[in-house]
Amino acid sequence: MTLTANEPSTTGEAGDTADDASQPLTAQEQQWVDQFMDETTLFLGPDPAIMRSHQITSRSAYEEECISKGVDPIKVDRIRKRLAGALDEGYEMCEAMGAAPGAKWGDLTTAIYTAEGDVTYLSCHGVIAFSAILHHPIRYIMKYWKDEPTVGINPGDGFIHNDARYGNVHNTDQSMIMPIFREGKIIAWVAATIHEGENGACEPGGMPSGSETPFDDGLRMSPFKIVEKGDLRRDLLTFLQHSVRDPKLQLADLKVKIGAVQRIQERVDSIIDEVGVETFVAALRVTVEDVEQEVKRRISELPDGTVSFNQFMDSTLKENILIKFACKVTVKGDKMTVDLRGTGPEILNRAINSPLCSVKSMMMQAILAFWWPDLPRCTSAMSPIDIISDEHTWADAGYDAPMGQSLQASFRGFSALQTAFAKMQFSNPEKFSNVLAPWFNQINTFLWGGLTQHGDQVGNLCADLNGMGGGAKAFRDGEDAVSPLFCAMADTAEQEVMEEEVPFMQLVSKRIVRDNQGFGKNSGGMGYEMIVAAEGTPMWGFMTVTSGSKFSSVTGMFGGYGCSTTPLAMVKGINIYDVIRKDSSKFDLSMERIMNEQPYEGGKYTTSHMGLQFDVAKDGEMYMIAQGSGGGYGDVLERDPEAVAKDLELGRISPKVATSIYGVVWDPETFVVDQEATTRLRHDSRQARIARGKPYKEFLEGYVKTEPPKDLLYYGSWGDDTEELTATHFTNNGPERVKATIDKLPLIMLPDRREVKISALEDRIRELEQKHGEVVHRKS
Amino acid sequence: MRIPMTEYLIIDLETERWNCRVCNQDLGEARGNYKEGTLVYDRDPTEIHQSILDPEKYEFTFAPDPTFCRILEFYCPGCGTQLETEYVPPGHPPTVDMLWDIDSLRETWIKRGTKPEVVINYGPGEEAVADFTPALGSYNTHNHSPHSFS
Repeated sequence: MTLTANEPSTTGEAGDTADDASQPLTAQEQQWVDQFMDETTLFLGPDPAIMRSHQITSRSAYEEECISKGVDPIKVDRIRKRLAGALDEGYEMCEAMGAAPGAKWGDLTTAIYTAEGDVTYLSCHGVIAFSAILHHPIRYIMKYWKDEPTVGINPGDGFIHNDARYGNVHNTDQSMIMPIFREGKIIAWVAATIHEGENGACEPGGMPSGSETPFDDGLRMSPFKIVEKGDLRRDLLTFLQHSVRDPKLQLADLKVKIGAVQRIQERVDSIIDEVGVETFVAALRVTVEDVEQEVKRRISELPDGTVSFNQFMDSTLKENILIKFACKVTVKGDKMTVDLRGTGPEILNRAINSPLCSVKSMMMQAILAFWWPDLPRCTSAMSPIDIISDEHTWADAGYDAPMGQSLQASFRGFSALQTAFAKMQFSNPEKFSNVLAPWFNQINTFLWGGLTQHGDQVGNLCADLNGMGGGAKAFRDGEDAVSPLFCAMADTAEQEVMEEEVPFMQLVSKRIVRDNQGFGKNSGGMGYEMIVAAEGTPMWGFMTVTSGSKFSSVTGMFGGYGCSTTPLAMVKGINIYDVIRKDSSKFDLSMERIMNEQPYEGGKYTTSHMGLQFDVAKDGEMYMIAQGSGGGYGDVLERDPEAVAKDLELGRISPKVATSIYGVVWDPETFVVDQEATTRLRHDSRQARIARGKPYKEFLEGYVKTEPPKDLLYYGSWGDDTEELTATHFTNNGPERVKATIDKLPLIMLPDRREVKISALEDRIRELEQKHGEVVHRKS
Repeated sequence: MRIPMTEYLIIDLETERWNCRVCNQDLGEARGNYKEGTLVYDRDPTEIHQSILDPEKYEFTFAPDPTFCRILEFYCPGCGTQLETEYVPPGHPPTVDMLWDIDSLRETWIKRGTKPEVVINYGPGEEAVADFTPALGSYNTHNHSPHSFS
């Protein structure tokens, strides 16, 4: 059972018909019950009334009073610009002084909130997703700690928080939230949030792909007070340091966040000194309300109708499955509804589940970074949008589901809205952003941990996750490795700087992988490869935490193709540094060459999906991955042949792709396009399409099946015209496929993949023994 | 009035039909699913996203697994333009990706009073570039085709 403060209490077992229980309580009795429950609540868990809502609050009496005294839009604009400057200053302090790698490359935010916790303004840099999430912990603090005698809120106090169940993008982000007081009243909040990385989870780096219970996810900080009247509490700090692998990082970044927030508060003080409290409060509230009104207006400009987009993820990060993320976006007048029903169930012993609030935060990322990037980053940008979702799906997971790698579900929330919007806004003459193919949506990078060359215990990750390929645009190619979907101005960092702190090198860094392109009239931005190997440490290991090795993570747009799939490749049992020291000419590495030529004798060459749990890396063992590409836009046969020849000349695509995908003929010596032959080849290709394509209805008759392929572990609705979800349930008798609505599905857990493998091998051994007549007596 | 709805699809409000923007092929009722007017092909994804690592040696090669993933290619029956692609598990019904309220669309465009095929300047053919004509005013004296603003 989920323990939450607002869970209705059961008054008796089913069938209990005692007279007393059936009598309605008098007002006095109800008051006693309420008082008793208030005073004796067992556990103040996440509050559904807070957690299910992404709407802004209504005006408070004080805000009403402030606004009634008159609002000068010019003055509001000036206040907003001053706030933007203050928040950017705080942001830059975190970026410059933060110890976490995430802080150094911009994975953070600073923000100012109304007294009720609605985000009014976010720093211009950083992660916009936070504008849809941090009202949750503030509302929790206001509801439960403000009047709690053992806690309370005073000037100079600061609250820390990380657990996404109480509202966060994911558990690796830690916030410092501090109130602004005037005359004994809270008039606003300021917060700084940094992707800290290490959080004491079952694996280093804060985003464990291996978590199988919520208790494997690391620190579970509900919002609590760690700064009292300006002083950081050493006892609580010590507890946190003791709970993570990197105690220095925990201290350093707490101080950085406190410093940044206090600096922003100083700037706010000077604004209030200048304009007065009432004007300041009115400006915060008016900004939130104005954004809500403008969003309604922009929705009403979109054509009425429904756009649907289904995604299929191919991994639990331990085994390959297919799990659906369904999304239907409906616009009617100034109302938008996002319907996620049909999405697969939560998997109770895998890390991919996400709370709905985190999925919404990534939807906000799509809205404020890819739909309407000119708007102030307010909570209210999503207020007019209704979201329909079934609890206990993997994108709306319950309290008891592990969420270590919740980005797997929440990034699908981003892609759902980013992809659908191309169709929603294409015919709208009033555009605030480009019509765009899907952005790459996986954090393909290495997480790492262990002991450094300096003797420090650490756990974190490479900034290369920020090198996602951009989606192709309606009028030009997407940019290669340009930025992560969650942070337009993030950096991929200087690997050489990192190498001074950690005991591994990127032997290949940022080399584009040939053919790893979203093909289209305009191609998606390409991804690059990384090869890492550690040396000179008593203990080190790597992880990868993404999907998309069997099923492309992003699709194309308007006839373009999606991205390739991306494998993890490893060479174990050799030391590449010894090889290079012996013969430096061997330092000509690429994943393609190493894996296909297998040049190192004695090496064990393997590939796998991109869910690698913490894997101990011996000196010089190689781990190889590649970033993915953005989706392509438009028909490949429309691509400018000169652009194809240029890609060919630069080695970005192979001759096979140039011919078979793009239909281009060229002179191999000069790379000059043969225009006539190309026109002929493309004409023939179009005719071949017409010859092989089947009329839609005839095609459906032959293609569509009533259920997924028998051996495929599939989770989610099969087709869009059913309320039932299909799932494979593992019973005493082995796997059984079930079909039911989410409330009637059994709890979904997957068997230990090692046991599955051992069992298959044992079966094979028995088969071979039988075949060869060998009799073996085994005891069990 | 003809409204460009995607790169290759247009809705003709007079006839209430979907049409191909390249060859004007009729693709069915505008109030319904345009895919019903297309030709469809079940593409093995390894033909598009080809293996970079040797598929004889390895399971994971940069190419999707055709037992997990298929690419449905939707072609215009008139000109063979690839109007749309969809990545689905084998046998999964194609998604009805767009359904529009035609009455509301008509009302909106009448109210706008502008020519859709002029103001929506993305589309097949030459690349669209942002139209700065209103901002440039009298400084810009050139005439342009819908798809080649400069």
